[in-house]
Amino acid sequence: MSLDHHLDDATLLQYASGNLDEAFTVVVATHVAMCDTCRHAVRQAEELGGGVLEDAGTAELEVGSFEHLMLRIDDQPADTAPAACVAQVSGDVPAPLVRHLGPDLGAVRWRSIAPGVRKHVIKQNSASKSSLYMLHIAPGMAVPEHGHGGSELTLILSGSYTDVFGTFRRGDIADLDEHVEHQPIVDGDLPCICLVATEAPTRFKGFFSRLLQPLTGI
Amino acid sequence: MQAAWRVEEIEENSVPETDALVLLMSDIAGNRDRDAFKALFMHFGPRIKALMLKSGARPEQAEDIVQIVMMTVWRKVHLYAPERGSVSAWIFTIARNARIDRLRRGSSQAYTDIDDLEIVSEEPDGEDNLFASQRTRKVAKALSELPEDQRHIIELAFMEDISQSEIATRLALPLGTVKSRMRLAYAKLKNKLEDLK
Repeated sequence: MSLDHHLDDATLLQYASGNLDEAFTVVVATHVAMCDTCRHAVRQAEELGGGVLEDAGTAELEVGSFEHLMLRIDDQPADTAPAACVAQVSGDVPAPLVRHLGPDLGAVRWRSIAPGVRKHVIKQNSASKSSLYMLHIAPGMAVPEHGHGGSELTLILSGSYTDVFGTFRRGDIADLDEHVEHQPIVDGDLPCICLVATEAPTRFKGFFSRLLQPLTGI
Repeated sequence: MQAAWRVEEIEENSVPETDALVLLMSDIAGNRDRDAFKALFMHFGPRIKALMLKSGARPEQAEDIVQIVMMTVWRKVHLYAPERGSVSAWIFTIARNARIDRLRRGSSQAYTDIDDLEIVSEEPDGEDNLFASQRTRKVAKALSELPEDQRHIIELAFMEDISQSEIATRLALPLGTVKSRMRLAYAKLKNKLEDLK
């Protein structure tokens, strides 16, 4: 898929090094699943990990470590059938999101939280300070100009919106930090469905959480 | 006999000729060659342990994660594709995932979903046809040529697994500076790798 809006390189490096929290990891991985360019870029960033692993030092292993390893390997039952491969599931939900959402966007259970805005919170496995959720925003809906309290990633899964950075369509990601101000407007006749991760805000709420604040108390 | 000289050639504490690593991988995948696997273990085991210690693991925990990582390598070695990346980068990703699962009590599932995608993908993956060995040399060179301040941030991110905001706090730098050093370091790496196209 050819996309217009990609990840910030700094976010990409954080993803490759494994130090984003779960909410941000899921959004980045979902974009990466939809974007050949970023998949290639992640592999390049992982080469940095390989380079650092090669020359950032060694620590002595315990005596007999290898023999112990081979005993453990020999002890294991022969490989059982591989786990169900989510990549082969057909539907409009990209692979890394399928295990959180199921294969079809149409089956998501929305909760109306404001006129024209519906929300679905995605449960996370780990205790994460960031939130992960989906939004379903009605066509034509304009959001007041706003800034961000922390980082926010917004991945479009369906429909589109336009702001000062351009038009964001399926697969595009808005990788915004706390200094950005924008005013997205949902385009066309279709609702815009997006996947959002927001960092726990320090001062202000992020755009979407602010939008939701009156009704959800977040 | 072939495996024996490779075992000797790859010393524990030197950066090996990377072709030798790729050969080891194919011996392990094709012949389940235990001598080759031992050579790979002697090279990467101490490095993975150092990585886990720097990420905050206790020594016995670090030792256990080394075993888990190398068990995964043994099990998945046939999935390694030299045209996609170096052996070191591949093993780094397995160590990274184990760190998330075992040390951070998180889930590396999102990363393995992407791996699965690439495995089933029918498109040839050769946007660049770099050989693993060329790639490793380019990356090592790019890293060694980074200014100290950028290199340090890359090491903190990959080796110690601390986030951008934690790096900013630790080094008493604005978050924006940390991010821009990361971007610069990555841009240099990309240049080096694109050179080979």
